[in-house]
Amino acid sequence: MAADIAAAAGNGERVAPPERPLAAFWATFSENKGAVLGLVIVSAIVLLAILADLVAPYHPNEQFRDAVKAPPVWAEGGSWRFVLGTDGLGRDMLSRLIHGARISLFIGVSVMCVSFVLGVAIGLASAHFGGVVDVIITRTMDLIMAVPGLVLAILVVAVLGPSLPNTIVAVTLVSLPRYVRLVRASALAELSKDYVTAARVAGVGPLRLMLATVLPNCLAPLIIQAALGVSDAILEAAALGFLGLGAQPPISEWGTMLADAREFIRSNPWLVTLPGLAILITVISINLLGDGLRDALDPKMRRS
Amino acid sequence: MLKFFLKRAALTVPTFLALMFITFVAIRLVPGDPVEVRVGERGISPERLAHFRKELGLDQPVWKQFVDYVGNLLQGDFGTSLATNEKVLTEFFALFPATIELSLFAMLFATMIGIPAGAVAAVKRGSWFDQSLMALSLTGFSMPIFWWGLLLIMLVAERWGLTPVSGRIDLIKYYFEPVTGFMTIDAWLSGQKGAFASALHHLVLPSIVLGTVPLATIARMTRSSMLEVLSEDYVRTARAKGLTPFRVVGLHALRNALIPVVTVIGLSVGGLMAGAVLTETIFSWPGIGKWLIESIGRRDYPALQGGVMLVSSVVILVNLLVDVLYGVINPRIRHGR
Repeated sequence: MAADIAAAAGNGERVAPPERPLAAFWATFSENKGAVLGLVIVSAIVLLAILADLVAPYHPNEQFRDAVKAPPVWAEGGSWRFVLGTDGLGRDMLSRLIHGARISLFIGVSVMCVSFVLGVAIGLASAHFGGVVDVIITRTMDLIMAVPGLVLAILVVAVLGPSLPNTIVAVTLVSLPRYVRLVRASALAELSKDYVTAARVAGVGPLRLMLATVLPNCLAPLIIQAALGVSDAILEAAALGFLGLGAQPPISEWGTMLADAREFIRSNPWLVTLPGLAILITVISINLLGDGLRDALDPKMRRS
Repeated sequence: MLKFFLKRAALTVPTFLALMFITFVAIRLVPGDPVEVRVGERGISPERLAHFRKELGLDQPVWKQFVDYVGNLLQGDFGTSLATNEKVLTEFFALFPATIELSLFAMLFATMIGIPAGAVAAVKRGSWFDQSLMALSLTGFSMPIFWWGLLLIMLVAERWGLTPVSGRIDLIKYYFEPVTGFMTIDAWLSGQKGAFASALHHLVLPSIVLGTVPLATIARMTRSSMLEVLSEDYVRTARAKGLTPFRVVGLHALRNALIPVVTVIGLSVGGLMAGAVLTETIFSWPGIGKWLIESIGRRDYPALQGGVMLVSSVVILVNLLVDVLYGVINPRIRHGR
């Protein structure tokens, strides 16, 4: 490297300074307009979720008996008091939606974190030990994938009982195989490379070898999976909520809100429209962000 | 060929065993004694309780119970529903045609639009059509279909009155005994005027809802597969021969581009079953998905257990079939591994 630079300098050419990885990442990422849009919307939703108590005009469960099923501000009879109207119990929709962002993101991120950690641990173990351990792990993951995701989640929730924590358990179980397979496959690919042999020869212990040497080189596809995993988890949890098997009322989870609103589909359509729109916008922007990450982190997987 | 098939089939045996194990354990993790759940809250005499426990095999050691469970499953006994006292298998086969019919029409919708749209987008890469299709595909892929269904009911069925809101056929006008369980075929066979049209009419919205996510996937898949094929040498040769662009794209490129797409279609059965749970619930479609959800509501655990077992078995078998068919179409797979 130094020799190259010296040679180039000797020829009188200008050499660009080596790019910092973060800057290089941002350069590729920002080329993708959709990804930047996704990032902006996701950041806004995250901010709303964190600041929900400050931003939301009312408490999500506060009931205004005088304004049950008030229409949103743009509809006839709407007022600025309840910008997005109120639901069947007179609760402010805007406040519930903002607090719902907190719950959906909490579910999405917890599922992602738990599956990420478990996926790394199980996937690396599978790649490292090989043999019987590998066969058992791969077969188990195949099995989980053979049961349709939502059906498995339904079974888990039916057994454990419907609640927010059990939703997270169920959705994590469903999403775990994708992480395990990904970690296992990339770890196996890395294990056959020379630098791993070199590290082994240098006397690096197995734990350090897997976590410090191999894992960082498997991270790119894993980060992409994690981003897309958040949106999958949000969708799956909302579906459970909609079926009455997820977060229970009065929690303002978007899917649960939709289920509550079903009876007002004729009289008060915005009660149905708004929570679904919130889910759709969140999931689309996370997916846009994930696509951008894919382009920037893993040129091989880039979509043509 | 037979060897390839047997090898693949053998690989599903441990999966089936594990599936049995999971459904067996899951039901035992349900809080509360299964017998007490069954007799309700009134309580019964200890003798009756012992009798029930014996009848359900619960007095046996757990390993024996599992062996019996597997033995029953292998003989086609998937348990008895607590709600209806019918065999789970009988109920399943009575309801399954409704789910198949819905899934078939959903896939028809998804492929009929997804493949041509994806192919055109690939040919006109970068055009406004391509860009809007990709944006739509992203939206479809991110769609909470339970909301999409409600939205369509609200607009298409309620406001514009173009389609029925729910059900499989207009029950007030038409009645006939189920023969095949497929409403379209039964309606056709019944010979009643307008029955077939009514059955089709009822299929429109549910098929669109269930087909939306596959449509997005298929369009995207066809596009990227087509882009790859279009840069192949034989496509260039076909162009150089002076074939019309339509023949080049339609005959030479699309046929090869479809191989991965067909696999994706085959492997989407699992997703379809999951989607069917939501779609059937929204449209009161009397299929397996709605039945599973209702079983939970009724705390009918044998039905849930048998239902999950059967749905998963169907998925595993279809995946096996796709795998084998793929080997038939593409000999490299068969001989490669």
